[in-house]
Amino acid sequence: MNDILKGLREAARLVASFDADLVEITARSLEVSLGATVVASAIGLPFGAWLAVNRFKMRRIVIALLNALMGLPPVVVGLIVYVLFSRAGPLGVFGLLFTPTVMVIAQVIIITPIIASISHQAIRELWADYHDLLISLNATRLQRIKALLWDGRRALLTASLAGFGRAIGEVGAIIIVGGNIDHATRVLTTAITLETGKGDFALALALGFVLIALAITVNLTLHMLTRTERESRW
Amino acid sequence: MRLKTLVLSLSALFFAIAASAEDLKMAVTTSFANSGLAEILLPQIEADTGINVQLLIVGTGQALKLGEAGDVDAVLVHARAAEDAFVAAGNATHRREIMYNDFIIVGPSGDPAGAGAAHKATEALTAIATAKAPFVSRGDDSGTHKAELALWKAAGIVPAGAWYKAVGAGMGAALNTAAGLDAYILSDRASWLNFANKGDLVLIFEGDPALFNQYAYLPINPQKQPHVKAEAARKLEDWLTSDRARELIEGYKLDGQQLFTFNAVAQ
Repeated sequence: MNDILKGLREAARLVASFDADLVEITARSLEVSLGATVVASAIGLPFGAWLAVNRFKMRRIVIALLNALMGLPPVVVGLIVYVLFSRAGPLGVFGLLFTPTVMVIAQVIIITPIIASISHQAIRELWADYHDLLISLNATRLQRIKALLWDGRRALLTASLAGFGRAIGEVGAIIIVGGNIDHATRVLTTAITLETGKGDFALALALGFVLIALAITVNLTLHMLTRTERESRW
Repeated sequence: MRLKTLVLSLSALFFAIAASAEDLKMAVTTSFANSGLAEILLPQIEADTGINVQLLIVGTGQALKLGEAGDVDAVLVHARAAEDAFVAAGNATHRREIMYNDFIIVGPSGDPAGAGAAHKATEALTAIATAKAPFVSRGDDSGTHKAELALWKAAGIVPAGAWYKAVGAGMGAALNTAAGLDAYILSDRASWLNFANKGDLVLIFEGDPALFNQYAYLPINPQKQPHVKAEAARKLEDWLTSDRARELIEGYKLDGQQLFTFNAVAQ
């Protein structure tokens, strides 16, 4: 209990003093996880919509697979990406191991199934409502997907935010592929792991509180920007 | 046409910035990083040589693995047998001794096994094993883990049973576990002095030459991994074996205790 209080105090001190290291690793956390969310959304949202409006033979298997991949263990993803991008691996020539870029790649793999799966679910319900209308308007497949993505944007925001939530709190994959290098690939979660290892629970907890506050801030900001959940609009 | 010029000049600028600060990746052991010595040495290395050393903090086993795959430019570890095998396999050009620190045995303040009364490290471990007092082992193939296993072997004991807990974690995490379990553990002195969550643990045994812990620098062989920064790795080696490094390494103290002793020989 004492450690938690000390952690809260330490967090307040770090934030109030605008600690240079804290600003740096917080910015990198945001850069990596927001980057991964943008890329994963660009893949996952259209894919989810495409799955909802198309009927094909393997559809059920693809959806079941997608749902299963939501539980992909980050440490395994990290290890696979690591082996691929290691100098001894097939993608080693790019020299990307231990850079923020490869951290984004690992997180994209982890969160794309989540975003695709949730968006598929949301779009499917919308598709049931819009089906007759869009068919009678003789809309092309691309037009249908566009219309569904636009009208379902609030639910899709939730899908992206779920992906972001998983990315920002993730440590298993990025500590392997990023290497937790000071001033290069250290982010909030890997810094927490490091400080816990040093037995400095107060600082580790302080970083944890900053991380939670950051996740809340990003969510609130996006909701405000997209004007969801306002009184006049349900 | 204009756009093309812009893109070209921007990318030229980008590469110029990227080239000005030379990054060198070095895999080091957790015990070295947890000691806090890195924070003293790295800024001075950058000031003197212009090399920005990026540390990958892992166990010795993983550090050597990173070197073997060519994912780092140099390795600084402490496990003699593994290092010699590493050089023999052609992964590093050579092995250069830099400095040493020592291991200590840490345990609960009551010392239920009476290990503190021992005269040799092997006697202390025998006392712990006989009493079946809880002992936390790193269990991660690190240099410290290998040193611990060598000591058990020297004592003629095969550690096994519920009292022997291999946690498979870094030094700090293993110390956390030992503090939580009130268990004995072999630690390097630096990590112990820097460790903030000591709980009921105290230093039980120290001073046996068998607990000597030599650090060596291994630059990765550019013939095997053509992309490594061999020139920067050589400059770093020169710095690490210089009088400047001696001053900083031997001047680094925690709680008034000198942690590392510089013992590199000039070539």
